[in-house]
Amino acid sequence: MSWAYIQQAMPDYIKAFWLRLKLSTIGIAGAVLVGIVAAFIIYYKIPGHRIILSYIEIARNTPLLIQLFFIYYGLPITGIKIPAQQTAIIGLVFLGGAYMSDAFLGGLRAVPKIQIESGRAIGLSTFQLSRFVVFPQGFIFSLPALAANVIFLIKETSIFTVIAIPEITNTTLDLIGQNYRTNEYLLMMVSSYAVILIPLSVFLSWIERRIRYANFGN
Amino acid sequence: MQILAISTIFEGNNLLRLLSGLFVTIEISVISIFIGTVLGLILGSLWTTGNHLIQPFFKLYLEIFRVVPTIPLLFLFYYIFPRNLNINLSSMQVSILVFSLWFAAEFSDIVRGAIQSISKNQRENAYTIGLSMFQTYRYVLVPQSIPNILPAFINLSTRIIKTTSILLLISVTDVITVGQQIIEANAQDTLVPLLIYALIALFYFLINFLLSQLSQRLERKFRKYE
Repeated sequence: MSWAYIQQAMPDYIKAFWLRLKLSTIGIAGAVLVGIVAAFIIYYKIPGHRIILSYIEIARNTPLLIQLFFIYYGLPITGIKIPAQQTAIIGLVFLGGAYMSDAFLGGLRAVPKIQIESGRAIGLSTFQLSRFVVFPQGFIFSLPALAANVIFLIKETSIFTVIAIPEITNTTLDLIGQNYRTNEYLLMMVSSYAVILIPLSVFLSWIERRIRYANFGN
Repeated sequence: MQILAISTIFEGNNLLRLLSGLFVTIEISVISIFIGTVLGLILGSLWTTGNHLIQPFFKLYLEIFRVVPTIPLLFLFYYIFPRNLNINLSSMQVSILVFSLWFAAEFSDIVRGAIQSISKNQRENAYTIGLSMFQTYRYVLVPQSIPNILPAFINLSTRIIKTTSILLLISVTDVITVGQQIIEANAQDTLVPLLIYALIALFYFLINFLLSQLSQRLERKFRKYE
């Protein structure tokens, strides 16, 4: 172990850390949006929900790595050239959207039927019903699955290294290749992951416990 | 040009090579799932015995394998073992080791949840009629928790099969590495990457889709009996 190498590599890791945070945040926000829309389309069986269902099956049953390769190396033939960072975000939204819509759908379906019927009885439109009755309650029900998905997606971002995005894993491999200092850089890598994931995991399980505690008198 | 690209897949033994790459993927997954299942079952059961001495260690092990993504884990085992402990493992063995430990960590949590959801009376009754702790788990608790475990087990298996795609990073010749070799050999044909990656995606999709359908069917079947 030599601290000099760790100190020297610090700026690289901080840069990688922010890049990863940026890509994950945009990707997860996009995935949540896609997930909510897809979940509502399936929930109300809006025409075209079969297409959404098959999208979910495709996204869930193929590895993110292949999805990224397909977009990054495969699509340029058809004239669509997408830079690496955008590819990463698209891949994360594509994969995450499917998982998120599953989480939301589970939540929406857990809303008791009586709530929906009561909403209809007092004359709410479908939009109002979704906005004020189904979504707020369904969202709470879906939070545990949502939290698990967020952690899963942040972990998946380590795959971005295969399309040469200088995130934490890629930076580590580069530095190992340059300086042959495996122990130092691997320690840095693991601690950079821990810095994000441990607080997040604690925070999310805290939220989960709070929700189970409240539970809305059900 | 299109016809040319499609024929590359069937040219020579390209398809055969892709399938043998797929076989490596499946081999690693199956061995890891087997080892992970046995280990996970033991760890998950031990957790529920309420022994306070071993619980902190389990928790640490579980958290490490759940928090650190698989790629860093692979590199940790790939670089650190040979250098610091003088153990030489082939990349195949490293991947089986990492995936088994990862599967065991996740699976033990599933087992723990399933056993804890069984009514306490079952355990007490078993002790009352004189079963030992091992017998209680073997004949009472584990068999009853199987309906809860099985769908989650299959989901976890599809996850591990998908995650094996990262094995190309530690140079295991899996289906993706073979695909890249074929793409490099046919670099003049620009349509080949699209086709090869689509084909590999199809392979993964078929395996995982069948498994997830199976898990959904099992879930529905068990729910009927509740």
